[in-house]
Amino acid sequence: MDDIQPNAEQQALIEKFLDENKLFLAPDPMIMENHRIEPRSAVEEELLGSGRVDAHKINEVRGLIIAALDESHTMIEQMGVAPGAKWGDMTTAIFTAAGDLSMIAPHGVGGFAAAVFYPIKFINKYWVNEPTVGVRDGDGFIHNDARYGGIHNTDQSMMMPVFWKGKLVCWLSATIHEGENGSCEPGGMPAAAESKFDEGLKMPPFRVAENGELKRDLVTFLQNSVRDPKLQLEDMKVRLHSVLRLRERILKVLEEHGEEALIVTLRQHIEDVVEEVHRRIRELPDGTMRTVSFADSTLRESAMLKLTMALTVKGDRMIVDMRGSSPELLNRSINACQASFKTMLFTGFMQNIWPDLPFTMAVFTPFDFIFDKNSLINGSFDTPQAMSLIPLFKTMTIACIPMAKFNYSLPHRYTAIVAPQYDQPASLIYGGLTQHCEYTGNFCADINGMGQGGRSHRDGEHSISPPFAAHCDLGEIELMEEDLPMVRLGAFTMARDRVGFGKHRSGLGYEQIHTYRRSGLWGFMTGCSGSLFSSSQPLFGGYASPAYPMCKIKNINIFDELKKNPGKFSFDMIELMNTQPFEGASYSTHTMGMTFELAAPGELYMMCQGAGGGYGDVLLRDPALVMKDLEENFISDETARDIYKVVFDAATEVVDEEATARRRAEEREARKARGVPFDEFVKTWVTPEPPAHLPYMGCWDDPSEVYGIYAGQRVKMQGPDLTSQFMLNPKDVRIAELEAELATYRQGQAGGK
Amino acid sequence: MKVLITENLRIDLEKELWECRHCDAALVSARDNYKRGLLVYDRDPREIHKPLLDPSKYKLTYSPDPQWCRILEYYCPQCGSMIETEYLPPGHPPVRDIDLDIDALKAQWRSRDEVLEAPVGTDPPRRLHDHDHAHGHGHDHGARK
Ligand SMILES: [Zn+2]
Repeated sequence: MDDIQPNAEQQALIEKFLDENKLFLAPDPMIMENHRIEPRSAVEEELLGSGRVDAHKINEVRGLIIAALDESHTMIEQMGVAPGAKWGDMTTAIFTAAGDLSMIAPHGVGGFAAAVFYPIKFINKYWVNEPTVGVRDGDGFIHNDARYGGIHNTDQSMMMPVFWKGKLVCWLSATIHEGENGSCEPGGMPAAAESKFDEGLKMPPFRVAENGELKRDLVTFLQNSVRDPKLQLEDMKVRLHSVLRLRERILKVLEEHGEEALIVTLRQHIEDVVEEVHRRIRELPDGTMRTVSFADSTLRESAMLKLTMALTVKGDRMIVDMRGSSPELLNRSINACQASFKTMLFTGFMQNIWPDLPFTMAVFTPFDFIFDKNSLINGSFDTPQAMSLIPLFKTMTIACIPMAKFNYSLPHRYTAIVAPQYDQPASLIYGGLTQHCEYTGNFCADINGMGQGGRSHRDGEHSISPPFAAHCDLGEIELMEEDLPMVRLGAFTMARDRVGFGKHRSGLGYEQIHTYRRSGLWGFMTGCSGSLFSSSQPLFGGYASPAYPMCKIKNINIFDELKKNPGKFSFDMIELMNTQPFEGASYSTHTMGMTFELAAPGELYMMCQGAGGGYGDVLLRDPALVMKDLEENFISDETARDIYKVVFDAATEVVDEEATARRRAEEREARKARGVPFDEFVKTWVTPEPPAHLPYMGCWDDPSEVYGIYAGQRVKMQGPDLTSQFMLNPKDVRIAELEAELATYRQGQAGGK
Repeated sequence: MKVLITENLRIDLEKELWECRHCDAALVSARDNYKRGLLVYDRDPREIHKPLLDPSKYKLTYSPDPQWCRILEYYCPQCGSMIETEYLPPGHPPVRDIDLDIDALKAQWRSRDEVLEAPVGTDPPRRLHDHDHAHGHGHDHGARK
């Protein structure tokens, strides 16, 4: 058999056969590993190469498209049912015929649209010529599986082709973070997912609307697959009708200006971006900047998961090297595929580094990426990815530090240099039966309230936005309380002393005290790391955010306590935890990785939204700004004295300038006295491998040697040959610990007899 | 010609040296890891991120766990300014965070004027807060109720 040499004709026949007889159209690596814009199509080449491009026409058409995107986006904001849609977690977008993202709505979440081009390219490649599917005018396609493009499976998109004179001229989309999707835990982001089959709905792109109408049979199937059938139906309608409105506007543009104007505008827009990014990279210094970032939880157990990044600038190319990052975990839900990783890295560039560029994935066309196969951020098809947010939130801020070091020397800046924003989704996820007797599961809009990092010229903003979109809002607690049995006893108290200290401090996060009543079945989960290791990293000698635990007060009904003795309650969660005012209640702290658990009515779940990283040396902070922080209750007297070394009168809060200067000079001398020259320090500090007590994943020194944990045992792998790691069930680990304790105890008893 | 590289460091291109921006101390060759010209201190993170919850009652207190997290503080040996901080697990090799091609840097700055003060740039975009969600945004979002 081996010596059969097919001729060219036979080879073509074999390839045609294989092409037409694919067993399963899994995500296509040719699509999923290519973040770049497509080459010009014949028609684009003809139009753009002709020299007939009219810049004024492009500007006019672009204005019309952006206005249409804004209108359709506003429709979702007004009508959307998902909590995400109410607070801005959505967008509409327009793509070239080939599927490249050209523009998004001005207040849209770009990450969504920057991932929708993957499923559109899948439809173009597989469904257009598939006789049983096809792509026709009036069709609408739905999608949510991040393996086919996306950030995570909570986000559902509606994608629609626009036809003009029988030809497909562009694609449109609307995406909303829906939340609930029928996963093993309510809310669509199951930390407990041990395989991808625990993740709920997994939709590759398929047609769900024909002639501009939803197909009821498919809608029913989807409703039947989730906890919240009302949400599923309503938002499918919202997405469809906002895209239909957008389509109407685009058809108007085609009528008025012709298809050439539309095609040229969409394509020129992204080509201009590619050219501009090449120029921006070229003006950076050549070299490599490196950084590391650690997540300290798999959401089932504590573990150090390393992301390591080396950014290299060479001429007008940027190389992103992520080799040496943690391996993927086969039975934990925190893996991300490389397309999701690139999308969120891009989002971070747009929020923190080049916010003035048009929001299109074309920004990354000049970028090259290098990953290890089977790493946490280049996860394989079979890994669960429902809580990819753990590495992806870090991904959104990780480039802030190396890019600040590339950008600092530039004679001009596109935005202020900013330290990383808080980089974990510190938001409560809930699920159960509402006071309206409906099952639901979703997340709180607190995910939109991270503190910003300190900036080169001023402090970071408090609880400003999520790291993926500057314009998402925190939400209205009263509105949430109408729909859900949850009650917010403490909502937006700034988390005092939980600050990234620095010359310019970070913005603060806020405290949240959650409880519920009037439901027979209700519970909570969180999916967040950073309870042991500081999450958001500092810049240029500042300090990081602190580590945030989950605090619980159980065996209590706070509503009874409030009736009996309202004076005992404090809106300050630190005070509640330290004074323990309620008799018989149990008080405990936990890491922020909490799988879903049922709560009793009136029990308290308390947590913080996080702070960003601080910028610059604390001793350079203006004492007047330190006192302002003190006055506004952002910091305590001790922080002002011990961290910032400001000397002041506690009663009058007047600074003694001279004593402060002396105190700070003393501190500089003390630093010199305790500091050790680097070479000497490294000799005693660096260990050949991670400490034995630390469950550690990722490289230590050499990025090509990667540590993992397989069934409880540390393993060492070569970077190019990473294998999926398998974690023990934390309950089995606990049972084994308790059994060992019991055996020791029994032995002691037997010996005592 | 000197090039600003961070808030705290610059490179003297002629002498090929890293310098402290606060006291002008020459630290180490520009072709070397700048950290080699600094002092380092292994800081217990509980001294900076102090426990806010009573450590006698709780294991997790808002302080990073010193078994998991250490802060490396890098000081200028001449003036004691904090040049850099690095959060690492104990024993983790310090990261070579800045690795510049000095010849390329020299070539790049041949056509540029020296920058003595870093420019600011504009703030990242943000929406003005409007808590009652009524009309009256600084800029109009359309009919928002
Ligand atoms: Zn100095």
